Amino acid sequence: MRGIDFIKPVFRSLLGIVLAIVVFGIFLATTNRNPLIIYANLFSYTFGSSAGLSEVAVLMIPFVLTGLAATIPAWVGLINVGGQGQLYLGAWAATGVALYLKIDSIWLMLPAMAIAGSLGGALWAAIPTFLRQWRDVNEVISTLLLNFVAGLFVNIFVFGPWKSSGSYGYPYTPNFSAAAILSSIGSTRLHLGFFLPLLAVTACYLVFGRTTWGYNMRAVGGNVNASVRRGIPVTRYIVVAMLIGGAIAGLAGMIQVAGIHRHLRPDIDVQYGTMGFLASWLARHDPILLLGTAFLLSSIMVGGDLLQISASFPSAGIYILIGLVFFCVLGFRRLRVGAK
Amino acid sequence: MTTLQAAFSRVSSAFHKSSDNPSTAAAEEPGDSGMVTENTNLAMGHPKPLLALRGITKEFPGVVANDHINLDIFAGEIHVILGENGAGKSTLMKIIYGFYQPDSGEMFIQGEEVTIRSPKDSRQIGIGMVFQNFSLIPAMTVAENIALFLPNQAVFLNRRTLSRQISEVAEKFHLHINAEARLGELSMGDRQKVELIKLLLCHARVLIFDEPTSILAPHEVESLFGVFNELTKEGYAILFITHKLHEALSVAHRVTVLRHGKVITTVPRAEVDERSLVSLMLGVEITEDAGSTPVEQNPLNPVVLEFSNVSTSSISDSHGLEDVSLSIQSGEILGVAGVSGNGQQQLGEVLLGLHSKSQGNIRLFGNDLDHWPVSRILQSGVSYIPEDVLGMGVVPQMRVCENLVLGEIDKFGNSGPWINWGEVKAQLDQVLNTFPLNLAGHEERTDSLSGGNIQRLVVARELISSPKLLIAYYPTRGLDVRTGEKTRKLLYDCRAKGGAILLISEDLDELLALCNRIVVMYQGKIVHEFGCGNASAYDIGLAMTGHR
Repeated sequence: MRGIDFIKPVFRSLLGIVLAIVVFGIFLATTNRNPLIIYANLFSYTFGSSAGLSEVAVLMIPFVLTGLAATIPAWVGLINVGGQGQLYLGAWAATGVALYLKIDSIWLMLPAMAIAGSLGGALWAAIPTFLRQWRDVNEVISTLLLNFVAGLFVNIFVFGPWKSSGSYGYPYTPNFSAAAILSSIGSTRLHLGFFLPLLAVTACYLVFGRTTWGYNMRAVGGNVNASVRRGIPVTRYIVVAMLIGGAIAGLAGMIQVAGIHRHLRPDIDVQYGTMGFLASWLARHDPILLLGTAFLLSSIMVGGDLLQISASFPSAGIYILIGLVFFCVLGFRRLRVGAK
Repeated sequence: MTTLQAAFSRVSSAFHKSSDNPSTAAAEEPGDSGMVTENTNLAMGHPKPLLALRGITKEFPGVVANDHINLDIFAGEIHVILGENGAGKSTLMKIIYGFYQPDSGEMFIQGEEVTIRSPKDSRQIGIGMVFQNFSLIPAMTVAENIALFLPNQAVFLNRRTLSRQISEVAEKFHLHINAEARLGELSMGDRQKVELIKLLLCHARVLIFDEPTSILAPHEVESLFGVFNELTKEGYAILFITHKLHEALSVAHRVTVLRHGKVITTVPRAEVDERSLVSLMLGVEITEDAGSTPVEQNPLNPVVLEFSNVSTSSISDSHGLEDVSLSIQSGEILGVAGVSGNGQQQLGEVLLGLHSKSQGNIRLFGNDLDHWPVSRILQSGVSYIPEDVLGMGVVPQMRVCENLVLGEIDKFGNSGPWINWGEVKAQLDQVLNTFPLNLAGHEERTDSLSGGNIQRLVVARELISSPKLLIAYYPTRGLDVRTGEKTRKLLYDCRAKGGAILLISEDLDELLALCNRIVVMYQGKIVHEFGCGNASAYDIGLAMTGHR
């Protein structure tokens, strides 16, 4: 994973990011906004204030986790676009535990919710995996479509049996009890769940690079035909990789409801799963680089919120910048440095 | 006119001039080329070479693939490029065709310098290449495939014109093909013809063939060589890469031998024979190894592998098995002859359980094989050299050491799941040090190796475990003469130690030299079995194409 070959692609990606920022700046200028002032504000808020940095960290947590949900299956050659749906199912399962398991001890509640969340996400990932192995259903399509199904599934509960009595037009479940909450740090929204992505990334790095499992996964992802013929249990690795990916996304869902939202409502964290997926692909499924790409995307998203407040630029417009980043970074990858 | 168009018209005019004088075998010295060796006194057709290379050099990290190569190709000649694996033939062809840029050196078309930056450029000047792997779409017809390749097609395909063009070319050069046939239904030999027609319709004048006979049956090879002769009579230049000496000798006008990236010599056919070519290729005098004659089988030896009435369905282009029965004893090499695609692929696949059988029974070391996972089969002493080592045998992005232990990482002394690559490499070295084949370094990425090196890696991996049963698909494919000999010796040794080998090969000489018995497969059936010493290449060739 490491080596001299590491520097050139990273440099090329950085070049792409810079270009995207410049182009977006030009675009802002055409809307009669001063890009230099805007970028200055963005930088000072996002990287210069504890509020900004904590917001970036808050976003990085689900981004890294849903990124890993795409990374691990990618190691065995699968494309898991279902991080969003797996996150929802994890959030749903964790909410169920929070609402129905009336225990006061945070040391029992949170682990129970975490386990429930992981199982929920794993279950949601099991469906496309089964379809793929049984009837060769393309997992890109099945995971993507199941994202929508997951959203609707959550809605059934939030609009129905779990609806809190106080919530009318815009329903949500009752707030979680104190035992079911990941408390925040200081005055920020950053919560104690922040160490989990770091743990997960470290574990992935070690497993992928140093263990027999990681080696076999690389073989399966690199050439499944050769792996089968050499006796590697390919199906087992594929299934386990998808389930673990789903479980991690489900865990992200649990962390979001326990740490940020403290209840479940429709359309929480829309696009987070997709962002994680993009971060993973941008990082070429390298867990360490994933931290970098997740940081990049979170920073841009936080910048988008600020853009709306300070420059009355719709926050959704930040997706233009994200689109440009991908365009430029992927385009620069094709850039041949001299003839071959 | 752009430079490329100018170059192309020069090629065309040279081409037409030489076709007016088809047999101007005048012994003129070539124009201003300052030719490479004193042996070349034969200028075919036009005095200026159609394609000339001067000082072409290409380096990759750690190796000089092409070292100041000078080459002249004249219209109307069949020029054979001969060399061991790693000699630089493929790299040179890729440079000519535009896939690589040379580090230094020039290329000339008709005496005028050209720069070829991509295959598009080389096609524009009239250089075409028929690869070992075809770029054809099985689901489309011949005509549609050809249309895909032609530049400047109108939005709506004019089928009649295209059909007419195809038949004209096909008639002229005896390339009999049904333009409306679906490509997937054609044999490899016919598909190769389609590739050739594509190039001819694109007005290619220099035709490069990269190991074209590896997928052909003996009579198809003859017909291909007939086509070569027709083409050269019309003034085309043919650049023919092969490692098969007897083919080179039967069809070449001139031969260029490459060794370690350098041109050793370019000689007219009349001045060489098999022995002199081999010593030019290797740089040493070699004495032909007669090979040991197959020993009569001891009927008391245990049967290692037994197929009883096995049938399977077909997969894509390859025939399924139809009621196949065979058995191999320990200490025996059973050869399977046949043109690729007649069911040989399925023998190994159904044995490993990768493909299900619709009827019949397979016994391995006396056990019924139903539901054995691949790992169990391999661990019982079976080794498997697949027919496509890059596609089925190695993980291209992995390093050599990682591919050498593919699937067996648990056997190496690591602590629990943690891999100690230093330890793994040390254990590998212990075994490989006494192994006759030279492998690339442990840290090299497998996809940067030449085809022959990848083949060696897989052969080594499968043989160091001293298998009790070896399924070997074309084990010496892509290997140079010397390594091929060493591999064959390894197969002998395996047999001498009591191993059984199922040897699937297209090389009839190899089969005849190594095997105790040879079966011939045609359309999924075993059509003939030849006993020890009862076979001739001619008989086998007939059986391979269904006659008998």
